[in-house]
Amino acid sequence: MIRTLKYISLLIAAICILFPPYIVIVAAFKTPTEFALSAGYALPGSFFNFDNFANVLQKGKFLRSYFNISYIIILSLAGNILLGTMVAYALGRFQFKLKSLILGAYAGALVIPGITTQVATFGIIKNLGLFNTHYSMVLLSLGADVVQIYIYLQFIKNIPYELDESAYLEGASLFRIYRSIIFPLLTPATATILILRTISIYNDLYSPYLYMPSQSLGVVTTELMRFSNSYGSSWTMQSAAIILVAIPMVIFYLVLQKYIFSGVVNGAVK
Amino acid sequence: MAVLSLRMQKIIILWSFLIIPLLLLGIFTYYPAFSLITISFTNWNGISSIKTGVGLDNYIRVFSDPKYFEIFSHNLIYFFVGFVQIGLSLYFAVILNSKLRGRNIFRAILFSPYIINSVAIAFMFTFLLNNEVGALNVVLKEIGLESLSMNWLSDPKIINYTLAFMSTWKYMGFMMVIIIGALQSIPNDIYEAASIDGANGFQAFRFITLPSLRRILELCFFLNLNGALSAFEFPFVIFPSGSPLGMSDTFVTNTLLTSFRYSDFGLASAMGVLLMIITIILVLAQRWLFFGRDEK
Repeated sequence: MIRTLKYISLLIAAICILFPPYIVIVAAFKTPTEFALSAGYALPGSFFNFDNFANVLQKGKFLRSYFNISYIIILSLAGNILLGTMVAYALGRFQFKLKSLILGAYAGALVIPGITTQVATFGIIKNLGLFNTHYSMVLLSLGADVVQIYIYLQFIKNIPYELDESAYLEGASLFRIYRSIIFPLLTPATATILILRTISIYNDLYSPYLYMPSQSLGVVTTELMRFSNSYGSSWTMQSAAIILVAIPMVIFYLVLQKYIFSGVVNGAVK
Repeated sequence: MAVLSLRMQKIIILWSFLIIPLLLLGIFTYYPAFSLITISFTNWNGISSIKTGVGLDNYIRVFSDPKYFEIFSHNLIYFFVGFVQIGLSLYFAVILNSKLRGRNIFRAILFSPYIINSVAIAFMFTFLLNNEVGALNVVLKEIGLESLSMNWLSDPKIINYTLAFMSTWKYMGFMMVIIIGALQSIPNDIYEAASIDGANGFQAFRFITLPSLRRILELCFFLNLNGALSAFEFPFVIFPSGSPLGMSDTFVTNTLLTSFRYSDFGLASAMGVLLMIITIILVLAQRWLFFGRDEK
């Protein structure tokens, strides 16, 4: 009895989650006339009608937006991981006076509402000459946030300190210890962070909207907004565009689901 | 470098490893926050080099204009709907943490909206909830619930609930997964001991599960509060240049309009500062209310 109730509530939740994407998917495969004549939830005549997708790719610059966002993600993640592991090594392995102050500074950043401070950040990006370049967004996502620092610190604690010591006794410098011991052993934590950051940069709307308004710099989110400004009245094309923008993350999710779950948990539980 | 003394190496490592990350933190987090405070006492228009001090004028403008109280009431809706979200997340987390066939599939489905970007979600819902072609009202009509069909995104009385439930749709599974993570760290023998002592399922939930989830629930409450106060994604995507009659404006969308559209950076900064203060106060208050008293 209780088991049945559990399944019923799960089914209702699953339907609530899947119904909106379902509507978009069926619409994306309908011709405009078919769309006008059939009910919104009715299946399309054929799932092989890719006209809407072809139209969208021709009219919107989605291929370019994939390229732009990949470039930004690769650059920011490379820098972000490098800097993040460096902070983790410095804070996780050494005792020094300012340590708790630095940790506090990362934690305190949580209550600063990032979006409203854009008013001031905007001026900084302009003065650095990065307005309307990929690098504005790269720079903004370069710094480690508190979640990332905590994941790393938690992880570095479990790397035995004896490893550092014996390496040091064999003549390795502290930098060498970071490069050949700590950095490689942090890989599982790094993987978690890579996944979480990829999702958040890919889905970021506001930084590209504000700092990269130029059309040629469109990323998936801004390109979708621009596209729907011009073609939003055609629901079939709009639906195809939504799918094109969502699909890379859906694939990412299907492949890495297990790691995404543990990443989200690790990020939160600390 | 190995020839340098350990002490010397340590100093070099600390400086060289921390300087760039700390500069980034300073330049992109703390400096903007502090300059927000300075700008809030001026009438800067965002472009000119002249910033004239206006004292507390911007703050007085916010407090004397009833518009801002209405905007704030929209944020409150997000806050309360957020409790529904926490409740649902907790419920599904507990269910999906028990031995249940197909639980991995349900977990995967419930979490999936989190990975889709808000722009796509916003357009998906504008389509689903559209008055003419939207499928939701059609379906409600066909299953005999026509009385429930509404102007989801154009009725000022309803729109903020719709938008808040859109974020429930997106974030419920995310919260559920972090709660499941916390549930899995509760050792099983506690439950066994309790059931030997004759505790029923509800008692086990009330006296074992809930207390063990304290920290993670605190995080959920924090995320909810923070999310409600700075809600902006969906109203912003649906009405990038402000909603009709401001019916779905939130504190943040209004701040963005005030600065980047009306070039009133002074006023926008004052709003930003107020948001920061309100966030800090409410986070502390909520902490005390839910958790603080028995901590002492």
